[in-house]
Amino acid sequence: MLKITDLSVHYGVIQALKGVSLEVREKEIVALIGANGAGKTTLLHAISGLLKKSGGEIEFLGQPMTKKNARDIVKAGITQVPEGRRIFPDMSVAENLQMGAYLRKDKAGIERDLESVYQRFPRLAERKKQLAGTLSGGEQQMLAMGRALMAKPKLLLLDEPSMGLSPLLVKEIFSIIQDINAQGTTVLLVEQNAKMALGIADRAYVLETGSVVLSGTGAELAASEDIKKAYLGG
Amino acid sequence: MTQFLQQLINGLSLGSIYALIALGYTMVYGIIKLINFAHGDIYMLGAYIGFICTAQLGMGFFSALITAMALCALIGVVIERIAYKPLRNATRITALITAIGVSYFLEASTQKVMGTGVKTFPQVLANQKIMLGGVMITTQQIAIFVITIVLMLLLQYIVRKTKVGRAMRAVSVDADAARLMGVNVDMTISYTFAIGSALAGAAGVLVGLYYNSINPLMGMLPGVKAFIAAVFGGIGIIPGAMFGGFFIGIVETLVSGYGSSLYKDAVVYIILIIILVVKPAGLLGKNVKEKV
Repeated sequence: MLKITDLSVHYGVIQALKGVSLEVREKEIVALIGANGAGKTTLLHAISGLLKKSGGEIEFLGQPMTKKNARDIVKAGITQVPEGRRIFPDMSVAENLQMGAYLRKDKAGIERDLESVYQRFPRLAERKKQLAGTLSGGEQQMLAMGRALMAKPKLLLLDEPSMGLSPLLVKEIFSIIQDINAQGTTVLLVEQNAKMALGIADRAYVLETGSVVLSGTGAELAASEDIKKAYLGG
Repeated sequence: MTQFLQQLINGLSLGSIYALIALGYTMVYGIIKLINFAHGDIYMLGAYIGFICTAQLGMGFFSALITAMALCALIGVVIERIAYKPLRNATRITALITAIGVSYFLEASTQKVMGTGVKTFPQVLANQKIMLGGVMITTQQIAIFVITIVLMLLLQYIVRKTKVGRAMRAVSVDADAARLMGVNVDMTISYTFAIGSALAGAAGVLVGLYYNSINPLMGMLPGVKAFIAAVFGGIGIIPGAMFGGFFIGIVETLVSGYGSSLYKDAVVYIILIIILVVKPAGLLGKNVKEKV
């Protein structure tokens, strides 16, 4: 579905991604784990068209995406839930969700998806009119995910959805991710919480200083000694 | 009391003009964090376009108003594309200096084309005096006030209720997050310039009508005062600019009415200094805390 070949990104003279190749297949949950500064967010921003690529190819559903802008990438069906949620704090919950459907014109479909987002996140339904900036961290994460779902993505990119949340909420968010995936949306998940991410991932890649150093199924990586030492705390 | 009410009425007219200009300052600042010092000159161009439409083309007031707004919107968009867009990622001071350059360019071009002298703006709207218990209101003052309120309501509708308005608000808080929603950021910035410039153009026509005379440098002082009004209300905040504009206009007329018109400008600057010392974010501004 998503195929990245030898992707490089530079920030000035610093090379943040050094020839990354990875693949996400239809209906999968793929996890991308790695320490701070490994290039995980850079990779997602490159996929979403927020960053210029200095080399390599991105292909989505057989179409070349490397040179496309952020708008066309959303149109093609890739939506990102960015790190730190990046909801619009001065807009209401409902307006944030409408922003998610920005490129859609099918009013009836938007209404239907709005209802299903409210069903999936009942706490958002209770707070429709509330300003998004007044929500708790967990609610903001749900809003960011609901907002992304409003674009009806085929591939959902999630950047650190567990950041700053209590263990209980992290569990809830992860089971929602599994549920979204079960309903047919492919997921590429970036996480520092490697244990949780490998727990739900079909496959995973480990990124270190801009390169993929390991890949395998979620279970394989979770069992690997190197991974245990480096990312799972033992 | 009569005198006070009279000054208040006069202040509302002047304040309407300041408020319309201040809105453009605040909207542009809100979306690209640029103090567009050429904005006062857009207002001047609005006055000249209104003058050409009425005095030379014989158009009526409302068609002149609409034409001036449309052309100013276009000019605003073109200026942004040519002068500011290439500097989107440059330091803020670079863009600011460019804005001052654009301001001089517009003033000098107008002087070249239209002459440096004062032009008399024709009386295209009936100006009857209405006496209300010793207070005199002219129909022009009523027109200025009503048009301003209508434009403000329209603006609020666009910003609050339409897709373009939502995109504008989204870009102004987080351009990258807006991009992730599929918002065309460049287009949204153009819309912002178009709307802000159209409002300034309207103010230009209204002021021509009110004071009867226009000149190529007429945008400088009202531009600065509208900027102060925007800062006073909280720059980047639309209701703040509306309130600030009316406030500065009323203060200015009250000072001229009761004290001396010699001090009316000084008082406005003093207000700026006070607000910067006491509440730098402006009256309606929030002190922004960075969340980590």
